[in-house]
Amino acid sequence: MILPALVGVLLLGGFAAWFSERWSPAIPRWAAIVTLTLEALLLILPYSVSQQADALSSAWLAGFYGPWIPRFGIGFHLAMDGLSLLLITLTVLLGFMAVSSSWTEINKRQGFFFFNLLACLAGTVGVFLALDLFLFFFCWELMIIPMYFLISIWGHENRTDAAIKFFIFTQVGSLLMLASIVALVLIDHSHSGTYTFDYFDLLNTPLKPEAAFWLMLGFFIAFTVKLPALPFHTWLPDAHTQAPTGGSVILAGVMLKTGAYGLLRFVIPLFPDAAQQFAPVAMAMGAIGVLYAAVMAFAQSDLKRLVAYTSVSHMGFILLGVFSWNLFGLQGAVITMLAHGISAAALFMIAGALQERLHTREMGNMGGLWPALPKLSALTLFFALASLGLPGLGNFIGEFLVLQGAFSVNVLLASVSALVLILSPVYALVVIQRVFHGPVSRHSSLHDLGRREWAALGLLVLTAAWLGLSPQAVLNISAPALKQEMQNSMVTER
Amino acid sequence: MDMNLLIAIAPIVTIAGAAIAVMLSIAVRRNFALAFAIAAAGIILSLVSLGIAGQESPVRATLLIQVDAYSLFYMALSLSAGLAVLGLCYDYFKEREGENEELPLLLLTALLGALVLVSSSHFAGFFIGLEILSISLFVLIGYPLNQSKPLEGAIKYLVLSGVSSAFLLMGMALVYAQCGELYFSAIGGYMTSRDEINAMVLSGIILIVAGLGFKLSLVPFHLWTPDVYEGAPAPVAAFIATVSKGAVFVLLLRYFINTDSYDYTPLLSVLSVIAVLSILGGNLLALLQNNVKRLLAYSSIAHMGYLLVAFIAGDKVSPALAVESISFYLLAYFITTIGAFGVVSILSTPQTEADELSFYRGLFWRRPWLAAVFTLMLLSLAGIPLTAGFIGKFYIFTSAADGRLWGLLFTVIAGSGLGLYYYLRIIVAMSMNVEVAVVKPGRYGISTVTIAVLTMLLVWFGVYPGLLINVIQAVAYAME
Repeated sequence: MILPALVGVLLLGGFAAWFSERWSPAIPRWAAIVTLTLEALLLILPYSVSQQADALSSAWLAGFYGPWIPRFGIGFHLAMDGLSLLLITLTVLLGFMAVSSSWTEINKRQGFFFFNLLACLAGTVGVFLALDLFLFFFCWELMIIPMYFLISIWGHENRTDAAIKFFIFTQVGSLLMLASIVALVLIDHSHSGTYTFDYFDLLNTPLKPEAAFWLMLGFFIAFTVKLPALPFHTWLPDAHTQAPTGGSVILAGVMLKTGAYGLLRFVIPLFPDAAQQFAPVAMAMGAIGVLYAAVMAFAQSDLKRLVAYTSVSHMGFILLGVFSWNLFGLQGAVITMLAHGISAAALFMIAGALQERLHTREMGNMGGLWPALPKLSALTLFFALASLGLPGLGNFIGEFLVLQGAFSVNVLLASVSALVLILSPVYALVVIQRVFHGPVSRHSSLHDLGRREWAALGLLVLTAAWLGLSPQAVLNISAPALKQEMQNSMVTER
Repeated sequence: MDMNLLIAIAPIVTIAGAAIAVMLSIAVRRNFALAFAIAAAGIILSLVSLGIAGQESPVRATLLIQVDAYSLFYMALSLSAGLAVLGLCYDYFKEREGENEELPLLLLTALLGALVLVSSSHFAGFFIGLEILSISLFVLIGYPLNQSKPLEGAIKYLVLSGVSSAFLLMGMALVYAQCGELYFSAIGGYMTSRDEINAMVLSGIILIVAGLGFKLSLVPFHLWTPDVYEGAPAPVAAFIATVSKGAVFVLLLRYFINTDSYDYTPLLSVLSVIAVLSILGGNLLALLQNNVKRLLAYSSIAHMGYLLVAFIAGDKVSPALAVESISFYLLAYFITTIGAFGVVSILSTPQTEADELSFYRGLFWRRPWLAAVFTLMLLSLAGIPLTAGFIGKFYIFTSAADGRLWGLLFTVIAGSGLGLYYYLRIIVAMSMNVEVAVVKPGRYGISTVTIAVLTMLLVWFGVYPGLLINVIQAVAYAME
């Protein structure tokens, strides 16, 4: 029962936030905090179960099944393994960050804002838990709509176009996935005679190689649009730049991870043979994305746009790691997901904080901020270093494992993508130099980080450092889940 | 005539009786509310009598009318839609000048035509139903006599409808000339008895499809649609978009299944081309519209294209699945379209029709509930989850994939992507931050209840469609 509660609490909390606006515009954010705290408390139980993972027969920590649309064998099937647990934890953590960064930035229609924020998180948690393909698709779509509203109502100057572009890109991708899901179910139906959308039933569907390839492509496109990987990434810089800070935090920190999660959970286990044949192409897409986005990031003058491109670059690593399909690559992808979630969220929060103070995102209009904002500048340096993959912080572990995993599969692509270790310091340090060093610009009285911002960013600093210094705790949680996925894809290999 | 048969056609008789009752009441004394009350009572009575008629089904009542689960379901759907439109009309017309008492009368006769259409299994019933429906619609579209746009729309509809009827009659004549039969099943008997494709029958059916294509506003027969939608009063536009199109589509499906016209493969190629043109044409033309009613008109063209995809799939998949998909899609489309036009109608005043996109700027902050309802309706038209439109789209995907119509399926996907853009434009306009003086909304009690019910149904069928699917499945199996 805990799994439906995980989704339900967020949804109900969203409605509570919305309606509490009647009394005072300050209540919705507290409602959001309470909701997220409840959600965090709910996660304690699965963590305690995961500590005794050896005693469990499978990697699944919790499950829930209820009938939904029996006509097509669609069930309300939720289940949680270590991978979903980690990603939901990230979701909750960044949920707090999003609320914190919207605390003063959002000054109109707060109720509806926090409703959308929490509804978006509810959809994301649903995506991480759903094991019925129809339900998965349902949640997949549901998280897009609130995000669309977040961008189009509270975004910056070009919000309308960015929001529509975001919606149409993801929607067309996901319709291709829907076509694949339906076709997969119908093929399964022609073999077994019953309709089912259940993940475990569909894992064993015998597929002709050609059919498997096209079906896999449908899923793959939907997930790489969301990830995003080259060449489907063009919506992301626009959406990020225009979104309010809270929206960017969720978008970069959590929503992109649903694409990676989908690749890991669905594409490869459902279509192992086709995915294996396709792996060189996917890995090449990842490698090119890593380098191209890093170069693009360097060329940006808009701070949020720059961070957005670094996200594309890091997501390329995830694609590389997932499609190498060995434990190193997968673990690296998982760590990268978490570490990037933290570092990108922090960088977007910093960009948001700067924008709130300076009313600009153009790095040309900044400069020499270090004396004026010492705390903020120091934290930016920290997260810029995290983002470039400094050893000791989470991103390094992720990238290292991904490269190790990819090297054993494809030496060339792994070596090429390792070149980014030269490019990423360039874009990371260029931020520091242009924004914080150099001639002092005319900004005179700027107040440094407040207590709330300090607490939020400080928490992320601790998490990033912990992830980098003691990744084994996380690896232990995700390992059973990843091994199980690898096993699933072995069983179906014929 | 047998008593049982009379019971079987009781819903149709009730509506005809209600029309006469409204007419008499107007002759005695003009009273706006009374006329609407009688009409509403007639529709409700007719809905109740569906239950009684259901006990007699399936039965062939007279030569022209077939009462079975299929026709009962669509009668119920048309009547409910008629009731919703009647409710919207009441608020829309109550403060308008002129004599508005004939409006419910015309709605009843239009409904009568729709009921005959969905239950006819004979060319004569088919034509009678279609003409009763169309003639009522001419007057309904041009009802606001002193304005030019409604009149323009009415004339356009009149002329093109006349032409399409001519096509239709010619097609029927050709089929009759070859088969010597007017009854659908008898035509089916003739068609199955011959293996080769008969050119005369084929051209007859193509002419019938062309004639009905006008009514369904499929590309290339769609030219009247935007003007008529724009000109007609909003609730009437809702009626044209739903009941009129739905009844025609239902009849076309029955004709194809009963006469085994699916065996005529060249027809399917023609239909596929029409479907692709409708989906792409409707969506592309909607992109640039700044008038919400015209936009909904183009979107309805696209939706008819989506429906046609499921229709074409009926060739490869079992007819039951095609009927099931089409029924669910039509039902979702009915709810959504009436809801969307309902919002337009609530926002309209006797002075201005709320059809310019600029009118909707900031609606979210002026009338939050209304804007939320409109958003849900638009998302349903776009096929986004939580709404019945999504399950409908899922059905279209399922039948297209089951029928291996990959080309058409990709057209549907491309069309949906395009469609999102213009639906979102309206939503964006509604969520804009503009400070507009708050206008005190008029009292629109009945319309508000109507769209509240429609919204609840929309979400219910979108989130938990199980019950509805069971009902529709029963209808679909009865058709096989």
